[in-house]
Amino acid sequence: MNVIVCVKQIPDPASPGALDPGSNTLKRDGKLILDESDSYGVEMALQLVDKAGGGEVSLVSMAPNGEVSGMRTALAMGAAKGVLVSDPALQGSDALTTAKVLAAAITRLGGADLILAATESSDGYTGTVPEQIAEVLGLPSVTFAKKVTVEGDGVHVERQTEAGYDEVTCPLPALVSVTAGVVEPRYPSFKGIMAAKSKPVDTVTAADLGVTPVGWAGANQKIVNVGQAEARGAGEIIEDDGEAYTKIVSFLENLKVI
Amino acid sequence: MNVWVFAQEAAGAPTSATLELLTKARSLGTVTAFVGGDASAIAGALGEYGASKVYATGDLGGKLPGVAVSAAMKAVIDGGDSPDIILFPQNYEGRDIVSRLSVKLDRTVLTNNTDISADGDTVTVTTPIFGGNTLVTSAFSGSGPYLAVFRPKSFAAEPAGGGAPEVVSAPVPDLGATGGATVRAVHVEETHGPKLDEAAVVVSGGRGLGEAAKYEMVETLAKLLKGAPGASRAIVDAGWVPYSYQVGQTGKVVKPGVYIAAGISGATQHMVGMKGAKNIIAINKDKEAPIFGIADLGIVGDVHKVLPKLIEALQNR
Repeated sequence: MNVIVCVKQIPDPASPGALDPGSNTLKRDGKLILDESDSYGVEMALQLVDKAGGGEVSLVSMAPNGEVSGMRTALAMGAAKGVLVSDPALQGSDALTTAKVLAAAITRLGGADLILAATESSDGYTGTVPEQIAEVLGLPSVTFAKKVTVEGDGVHVERQTEAGYDEVTCPLPALVSVTAGVVEPRYPSFKGIMAAKSKPVDTVTAADLGVTPVGWAGANQKIVNVGQAEARGAGEIIEDDGEAYTKIVSFLENLKVI
Repeated sequence: MNVWVFAQEAAGAPTSATLELLTKARSLGTVTAFVGGDASAIAGALGEYGASKVYATGDLGGKLPGVAVSAAMKAVIDGGDSPDIILFPQNYEGRDIVSRLSVKLDRTVLTNNTDISADGDTVTVTTPIFGGNTLVTSAFSGSGPYLAVFRPKSFAAEPAGGGAPEVVSAPVPDLGATGGATVRAVHVEETHGPKLDEAAVVVSGGRGLGEAAKYEMVETLAKLLKGAPGASRAIVDAGWVPYSYQVGQTGKVVKPGVYIAAGISGATQHMVGMKGAKNIIAINKDKEAPIFGIADLGIVGDVHKVLPKLIEALQNR
């Protein structure tokens, strides 16, 4: 069983995000890391391939500057290879263009039995790309999976809903987007980190994949203004000295909540 | 302008997000509601909030809404009724349908919006980023339909006193291979007390609680304040509480009178779901936690010490 995982390499979420004043796109010029949301898909793919007793896990990613450090993390976890689409022309690409590019990268790998993605990235959180990829590839899909098992030539998914969850079955090949927490991602071992350095990453441009137009030219949207939201007034911050709870009680009393 | 709204039903009535979008849509032009399912129970209410026409797919037969409703919408558009704009709620169904539809129509999607305006043919939407500190305004370019997705509670819902709308069948066409997924069973989690997104007081717990068993403190406090318990994504993902408790980007958007964040650091994910609260109380060990940046009252301290004392004080009143 072969599984392809869509992974995003993002600026470290621990540092505050910023917009590039020239392009109004998110700054991604520093070192990029594997989006934690994607580590669940990578782990699930490794477990499913392991359970199937054969096959491999491949990665597709789109990033500026030929950045591979996030992909190396996923390769160190155990993925076998990857395709990276990196191209200055991609700057400003919307979610639809991103989906077309990743779908073409998946096709370049020869497709797979199962394609996994996170439900949304931690930096852009558009949340549309997985379902868009499925539509571009003409595949069935199950989104927001919190449990995935492969049975015969199909997947059985517990799909999170507003009210609870649905049990959904779907024939393969298919795309499944997984929620964080669906599995416990492994830490790469030292051996895995060393092995990842020599695993193949095929770096291509959007033109190599035949996807045009991309970037701002393909986006059908333009940013017309960036402004500051009305800030909340500064509140009172106190260190708990053992009696801070009384502050909460009087705060609630003033609001007539109690 | 010809404006469509993707309309959803819950327990025999349109969802609040549906009514909010219909209300906003009225200010943009002529409103059509598109229902993924049977519309007979809610058509009257959709009309009252401004829909003059309702498309309904009928029963989806176990197909997931994303693939089925997008295909039904595409069939209507191909049939000659093409909207200028389609408004979707930012939730599971809205997101899945708009994603599939964007590929079918080859049109961009703008998500996570909180406002929309039209000036002549130019349509712009407003999107808060970085946890809501920065507002980005984007204009659609090229031809419609423009696809825009809105966070719940972005608009106030107000009835317009409209009459019964015309209901038109919009069946789901053959989905081919894309329709492979089938819902086999539906599980509904029971909830008690006020609904999370309607409660006047919300008490949420996060990773700072340390372990699942400590969530009980959050529930006890919520009950004492006649509020609803909520949660950060971290502890939902960890399996401590069901998804229906989640406040944030991928969960519920809440705007209570009082929001108490216990052991929540304030990831962007969470803040976009609760920063509309009138009053915010935060309790967290880390004084650098982003949640203190928006708190009206911030307690730098251990939730395991502060919450039990607070609960005891409230119980003794």
